[in-house]
Amino acid sequence: MELLLNIGAATEKCLAYVGSLAQLLGRAMADSVVSPLKRSLSFQRAIHQAMAVGVTAIPVISFITFFIGVIMALQGAYELRRFGALYLVADMVAISITRELGPLVTAIVVIGRSGSAFAAEIGTMKVTEELDAIETMALRPIAFLVAPKLLAMLVMMPCLTIWADLMGVLGGSVFGMMGANYTFGTYLAATRDALFIRDIITGLVKSIVFGLVITGVGCQEGFSTGTGSEQVGRSTTAAVVTSIFLIVFVDLVFTAIFYMTSRV
Amino acid sequence: MSSNEAPVISARDLRVQYADREILHGINFEVKARETMVILGASGSGKSTLLRTMVGLEKPTSGSVWVGGTNLATASAAEMNAVRKRIGLSFQGGALIGSMTVGENIALPLREHTNLEESTIEVIVRIKLRQVGLIKFEHFMPSELSGGMKKRAAVARAMSMDPEILFFDEPSAGLDPIIAAGIDQLILNLKQALGVTIIVVTHELASAFLIADRILVLDAGNILNIASPEELKQSTHPRIRQFLNRVPDSEAGEDVDNLQLFTDG
Repeated sequence: MELLLNIGAATEKCLAYVGSLAQLLGRAMADSVVSPLKRSLSFQRAIHQAMAVGVTAIPVISFITFFIGVIMALQGAYELRRFGALYLVADMVAISITRELGPLVTAIVVIGRSGSAFAAEIGTMKVTEELDAIETMALRPIAFLVAPKLLAMLVMMPCLTIWADLMGVLGGSVFGMMGANYTFGTYLAATRDALFIRDIITGLVKSIVFGLVITGVGCQEGFSTGTGSEQVGRSTTAAVVTSIFLIVFVDLVFTAIFYMTSRV
Repeated sequence: MSSNEAPVISARDLRVQYADREILHGINFEVKARETMVILGASGSGKSTLLRTMVGLEKPTSGSVWVGGTNLATASAAEMNAVRKRIGLSFQGGALIGSMTVGENIALPLREHTNLEESTIEVIVRIKLRQVGLIKFEHFMPSELSGGMKKRAAVARAMSMDPEILFFDEPSAGLDPIIAAGIDQLILNLKQALGVTIIVVTHELASAFLIADRILVLDAGNILNIASPEELKQSTHPRIRQFLNRVPDSEAGEDVDNLQLFTDG
């Protein structure tokens, strides 16, 4: 009975959390579409955020997805070789990177770089009364802080994911050229033939949802920071852990949906 | 004391509670136009809560608090924002937005709430910075300023919309005596130059007596006295005497007994 009560309470807490995320994101979207801040101030802040979230993440995402492309090729070749199907390595890398690993790895890197930064920034602002100051200046903290982040995230996540896809395929091609009798040209051609536009769209749809989750959780954890600077650390950790969990969960749901809807 | 002008701020049986703990136990007071009212009280007396309630950061549990003709207890979000555009609050730690320069912080409410030309806004920012003595620091980030400078910058930001009421939260807390005296002088200068209503929350006696027209003494969520500095110095209320004479709480019992002996005898 005790156990049931605990499960019930935990479920209720989870639902309430998801509800608060939806509310925060809904208000941020309404603020960025319906009543944007004046004088493109919000736009400026969104550009600034887009630089921080997107452009500066390019080097690390490039390296990680390039290596993952190589790893996927090596790992795939290990199995494919036994069936004499080494020529399929390009197809395998292309599909697993664009549908799954590109968006997922990008999301995890962005969580580490930006989700945590959102929570730390907003949490610190709460501790130093900056959020109160924004409110007493008759500005809305969500419009001022969350809306630009959300805009930046919704634009940059798909861009980063496309870049990650590209770097992953490049990584795969290195193995393809060195270990599977491909030239760079034939590898790219094989990749192009293996991919349907649907595969790339699938990854991009995921990346947009990931962007929503990362912004929502990062900002939500920031706003729920208690008093005292050690609470900022707690919020940042919570933002990273919760985001990673939710990303993987959302990924599972979407992959399942795409699988079921694409069955012939 | 007599004035036929409507009060700028008035609280009627104002109660505020956090969770199940009541902080303000039904207080009543009025602040007249262009007066400087100091809210004096020990830590935990509820003075910060009172300030937060007057700027709409806390909602009254019951009673009313009227600021510039709007009852904040029942105000809608739009009415609250209308009030907030007419007030300025200088926070204890400055609360300048860390990602913007000092100048941008001051310009922020102007850019958001007015249709002024950018060049006009720049001029206003410089005027405000000059008033607080920070004219050379327009392009500094808040993190590059000292504690006293942050407070001055916060005052400049609070003044940017030419508010009718200026609130100061602990203006001299955490500053050395010279810088603190400088902030007191700044408040006095503003009082003379701007002719606005000023509310200062503090526990610093010297500063309270220096700048106040009237002092409201708050203790454990109740108003002990509202009086001019001269009247307050004459007060025989034991708790006020304890505060004025800086007597710690453990000895307070004896002090109260002594006072009662004197007054009874």
